[in-house]
Amino acid sequence: MTSNHPKNSAEGYAERVLQGDRRALTRLISWAENGDGRFPGALAALYPSLGRAWRVGITGPPGAGKSTLVNELALAMRREDLEVGILAVDPSSPFTGGALLGDRIRMEELTGDQHVYIRSMASRKSHGGMARAGVDACDVMDAFGMERILIETVGVGQAEYDVMGACDTVVVVMCPGAGDGVQAMKAGILEVADVLVVNKSDLAGAERLADDLSEAVHTRAIRSDEWSGEVGSSWTVPVVLASAGKAQGVDEVLKAITSHRAMLDSRGPNGLEDARRKKRVAQVRRVIDEELDARVWNTDELGARVENALAAGSTAYGIASEVVDDLLRGAAFGMRSKES
Amino acid sequence: MSDRKIRVLIAKPGLDGHDRGAKTVATVLRDAGMEVIYTGLHQTPEMIAEAALQEDVDVVGLSILSGAHMSLFPRIREALKARDMGDVLLTGGGIIPEDDMAALEADGFSKLFGPGTRTTDIVAWIEGAVKERWAREEA
Repeated sequence: MTSNHPKNSAEGYAERVLQGDRRALTRLISWAENGDGRFPGALAALYPSLGRAWRVGITGPPGAGKSTLVNELALAMRREDLEVGILAVDPSSPFTGGALLGDRIRMEELTGDQHVYIRSMASRKSHGGMARAGVDACDVMDAFGMERILIETVGVGQAEYDVMGACDTVVVVMCPGAGDGVQAMKAGILEVADVLVVNKSDLAGAERLADDLSEAVHTRAIRSDEWSGEVGSSWTVPVVLASAGKAQGVDEVLKAITSHRAMLDSRGPNGLEDARRKKRVAQVRRVIDEELDARVWNTDELGARVENALAAGSTAYGIASEVVDDLLRGAAFGMRSKES
Repeated sequence: MSDRKIRVLIAKPGLDGHDRGAKTVATVLRDAGMEVIYTGLHQTPEMIAEAALQEDVDVVGLSILSGAHMSLFPRIREALKARDMGDVLLTGGGIIPEDDMAALEADGFSKLFGPGTRTTDIVAWIEGAVKERWAREEA
């Protein structure tokens, strides 16, 4: 196929991604991560091709076995001859900005497979268990032709929900020995789960944890799902015992993911589309927040005004209110445009 | 853009299982603000080049203590070239005799580091070399 676009332009790269060029795939994800000015143009060219991939998030506390489960799920998907993309997020140091990304160690069997693409990503400044460019990376993989995308989050605690906005199905992985049933009843990470996995099922306490979790999800009368807008969802979260390190229970996890997908599909032709559109709206809102933040503070004048107001005895709330009112009236505070 | 981070793949090719050095270097580079992908032991040249492609790294750092450096370095360079990744900085360290080091560097490999190297020298060299590479990309 001949191209009308220069090879190194945004459109040229997008075209190469659509043609299955892995070098272009990997470079576009870097552009997304680095905030490269060419990325939005490339993404625009890919947008019409999105929507084919099923996006599955794998989240849970550190050491629960997320990477090992991702590896086993990917191998199982490969046995079904599916194209698989993996995004593995690890934390960045808030002090140095550096990161050690080690999830590939547990995915060695997949490295030589040309139908699998694995990308490690540092969380950089995000604190919700994902990376800012996570959704972008999934979009590029989707356009490239991946049929399944597995997103492994940072090891999370009780309040990291960003994975919900990036995935069609969220799998929460727990393991025995990390707290009693009351931990499982707290608000938080369990509420993002579409599927619960008790990993390391050969360890003492696994059955008990699975029982506690089953109780917790069954007695939750209303599942208020901010992203899909569903209240009182008909989906009962399955609790699956697995031992990913021994390749046990993986097919059952996959079955639970497939059932969740079937449930979304059964909501009618627009069920899945509605859920995805609402997530996309939430992403747009986040991007607007980021761009506002970047543009509003892209000036020294505003900082000086804040300092002066503080010196004059104003409170944080008073200053913020005045500044936002002025911004909405069109005050520029010497701000420069985004590109400068 | 200022958001760009130096991405480094640290790999151990071949059969040697001594990874203390590789892990130390990986940690030092992380603490210098780089994003370091560590792939573990016993990697083939093909696996290393494939991981470098998938991760879009600026630098591939190899740790070789087995004596097989004269065969492994060129094979990894060829595997990188085959993936349109020939411009990646290929560096490394280990028990590499000075003559071999000179031969590899003369053959166009990036700088290699032997026992006793100060970690600050590795960081400084990578930072300098990557910034040059980025400047060439921009040009």
